[in-house]
Formats: sequence, C-alpha cells, structure tokens
Amino acid sequence: MQKLEARNVNLFYGEKQALKDISLGIDPNTVTAFIGPSGCGKSTFLRCFNRMNDLIDNVKITGDILIDGRNIYKSKINVDEHRKKIGMVFQKPNPFPKSIYENVAFGLRIKGIKNRTILDETVERSLKQAALWEEVKDDLKKSALSLSGGQQQRLCIARTMAVEPSVILMDEPASALDPLSTAKIEELIYELKSKYTIVIVTHNMQQAARISDKTAFFYLGELIEYNATTTIFTNPKKEQTHNYITGRFG
Amino acid sequence: MISLKERFIEAFLFLCSLLTVLITLGIILILSSETIKFFSEVSIIEFFTETEWTPLFANKKFGILPLVCGTLLVTTIAILVALPLGLTIAVYLNEYANQKFTAVVKPLLEILAAIPTVVYGFFALTFVTPLLQRYIPNLSGFNALSAGLVMGVMIIPYISSLSEDALRAVPKSLREAAYGMGSTRLQTAFKVMVPAASSGIIVSVIMAISRAIGETMIVAIAAGQEPKLTLNPLTSLETITTYIVQVSMGDVPRNSIEYSTIFSAGITLFVFTFLLNNISFVIKRKYHQKYE
Repeated sequence: MQKLEARNVNLFYGEKQALKDISLGIDPNTVTAFIGPSGCGKSTFLRCFNRMNDLIDNVKITGDILIDGRNIYKSKINVDEHRKKIGMVFQKPNPFPKSIYENVAFGLRIKGIKNRTILDETVERSLKQAALWEEVKDDLKKSALSLSGGQQQRLCIARTMAVEPSVILMDEPASALDPLSTAKIEELIYELKSKYTIVIVTHNMQQAARISDKTAFFYLGELIEYNATTTIFTNPKKEQTHNYITGRFG
Repeated sequence: MISLKERFIEAFLFLCSLLTVLITLGIILILSSETIKFFSEVSIIEFFTETEWTPLFANKKFGILPLVCGTLLVTTIAILVALPLGLTIAVYLNEYANQKFTAVVKPLLEILAAIPTVVYGFFALTFVTPLLQRYIPNLSGFNALSAGLVMGVMIIPYISSLSEDALRAVPKSLREAAYGMGSTRLQTAFKVMVPAASSGIIVSVIMAISRAIGETMIVAIAAGQEPKLTLNPLTSLETITTYIVQVSMGDVPRNSIEYSTIFSAGITLFVFTFLLNNISFVIKRKYHQKYE
C-alpha cells in the first residue's frame, strides 16, 4: 500500500485556485521531491498532508488525501493527533525559545510524558539521529537560539523525530543554510529514508536530483510530471519539465 | 545651504522637545526641594519606620508605611483581577477568535480604559460595595476590596491589549512549529506563544501596575481616607494618591509641615512609578534584541 496518496485535490484561497486536480501516490521509505517555480503550489500541496492549511482562513480543499489508506479530510480524525504522526520541518529554522533539551522533549511533553528516563533517552536518540548530539551533548541546557542556523535546523529535525512520526514533510529545509550545513542536512535525509517516508519541497534542482527517489514537477498549481528522479532529470516526458530543469524559466 | 524656513522649523521642533524635558525637570526639582524641606523637620527614619500617618492631627506622626501599604493592597487586588482576565482575553483574541472579531473587540475593550475614573469611583461606591455587602456583612462602606475590583476592570485593557500585541509579535514560524508538532490550541497558546511573548506580557503587567499605583479617583471615592497599616481588604484605608487629594483640596496653609507632606508622599509615588517604568524599559529592550 502507498504511504501517502492524493486523489483529485483542489485547493482554493478564497476565489483563487492554488491547486488543480492533483493526484499522486508516494511509497513508504522513499524520498520524494516537489520541484517547480515559486508560487506553483508545491508548498501548499505539502501542507495538505498534515492539514497545516487549516491554520489559514478562507482555505477550501476538495478531493481526498489518504495516509496509510485513511482519509484525513473526510473521516472524523483528530487533527492534533494526526499531526503528531506527520512531522514537519520548515524553511526557516524555528526552534522554540527554550533550551536544546526542551525543544527536543517538546513533543513528548505535550503528550503528557513526564518520566525523566524516557525524556533523556529520547532527547539523546533524536539528537544522535539528527547528527547534532556530538556538538551539543555537553550543553543541553543552552538556549536553542544560540545555535547556528544549520544546527538549529538539525535541532528542528531532531524535535520532529522525537515523536517518531512515520512521515516527515520538509519545506525547503536547506534554503536558508550555507553549503556546508546543506550538505549535512542532505546526508541526514539520505540516512533517514530507511525509517521514514520523506517528502521534500526544494528550489534546488541539484538537491532534488541528489537525494530523491521520485520527483514531482509542479507548475501554476498543476502537477505536470511525476516520475522516478532519474527519468525526470534525464528524459522528461513533458516540454515544460524539460524547459524548467534546463533553466529556461523559473 | 539650509534655508531660513528649514532652520526656523528645526528650532521650533527643538524648543517643543526641550519644553517637555524642562517641565519634567521642573516637577522633579519642586518635588525634591519641597521634600528636602520636609525632611529637615521630619527624620527620614521616622518616615520609613513609623507605622502611623497623622500629619493633620494634633499628635502628628509621619510614617509613610500605611499609605504605601494601602496603595499596594488596592493595586494587588486590581492586578489579581486584571492579570488572569486580561491574559485570557489576549490569548483568546490571538489564538481562538477570528481576525475580524479581534479587530472589532480590541478597540471596544480599550474603551474600558477611556471611561472617566470618577465614573468608576462612583460605580465602586454605589454599586459594587452594596452588592458585596450582601455577601460580606462586615464590609465597611469605604473599602479596598471594591475599589481594587473596579480598578482591576479599568486596567484590563492595559494587559489584554499590550499582551495581545506581544503575542501577535511572536514569529508565525513558532506557531507553525507548535501546530506541526501536533499541539492543541491550548498547548500552542500556553506552552509556546505565552512563554515566547513573556517579556512583552510582563511589560504589559508593569504598565498596568504603574497605572494602578497612580490611580486616584477610584480610591479617593471608594476606599476611604483612613491611613491604616493593614492587609485587610474589607476595611477602609488610604492610598498615597488619596492623601494628596485630601490635603490639596483641604485648607492646610502653604509652607506648613502639613503642606509639605504631600510632596513627600508625591515623591514616594514618583519613585514607585519611575522604577516600574525603568524595569519595563529594560525588559522591552531585551525583548527587542530577541526577535531582531
């Protein structure tokens, strides 16, 4: 069964249609990249999977989104519980103004877990998974805001993994980072694939080519082409895809 | 070459700002000189340790403590009313209500601070006190409780509006992070938004305290004029501001010791609000550094 599936998804901001009849399926334990020029709807579509668009007034969504075969828009699901299973990493690192430890423990705390041993173990495991442990292990009480941008983003990834979601959505997670930090994040994404299903929105086509198994190209709210990454980048079927990846627009 | 007109405008603007500074300095100067005169006759130790304040009686005693205590008691009651209500309103407007509702309700709430305080005073005296007396039989006609409760209502907008501004200033990305982790609205509000806005919220509370300490009409009308060193909110007492009103409206001769007591009371009040304003200034500066 596919991990994530979208069927005929349309999304409107008021009168304006931002997504047009999008259908695609994503296999478990893969990395899928969403590419396309700014304003093409790729981030909006990503946010449909954890219902983050609910936070914006005046958004209307039609069609179905299924996670593990369960429709997250139709059935009476608890949105907060659902979001706990779908992690999200944002474009700009957004650690809470708390300590490193409390940032990673946040997801457990809101579940009501107070057991010190469980918290300690989870914080250590998550920071190790996010390749940040060695850099911060002596100073977990330090404010998360004192870390560098790249470290903050890895902290956000650790925070997301602490609650063991099955899917991680990443909205341009490396666009605000320097090349070295970007390389670290990419390496991390590659390693995380064995445990998670990852969907990543990116502006950087080399990045999409390097880390993803499948790539979806969006343009003006439509899904133009969705295929194996190697096919998209070497032998695209559609004219628009070819023009975009060769840098003729966007 | 700057034209003559430009120079004239610049000089005019400079004089305007100079005037406000000079007025402030003048107030401080008069307060201090009169206070020095007062302390040449009354020992400063008596002022701070004596537990009675009876400058208008034959047996004069000059202990500021009863007035300070009265002021702080009424202020505490007011904050106990305004902080939980004001913060709840701020969180509701920011996290739960839709934007249109907030846009309408926030200015309406601010009207509470625009009602003349004399109206609040009579409301406390003629409505709240009789109402409370039905449930608390030994409540005296003038008391700290109803004055404090009504003052609390008056300062709600100071806390709700400024706290809402502080919550609104929290970067959107933090809210998204909280919801993205699966927080409920309540968890987002109180585990992420309120802590992130805490410095702004503290500033709002300090501004409210500052306003409550300086408030005059409500306490002058509803809290009585008996300086008492007490923490009992059910009896009448006197605040610093009420005392100043009482003496300046009465017929004490100028340059008498009775007359200069109002300056010593005034400078005490000034020191309180000055300190609070400075604390809020320091917190505000720290707060701005954080989200730059």
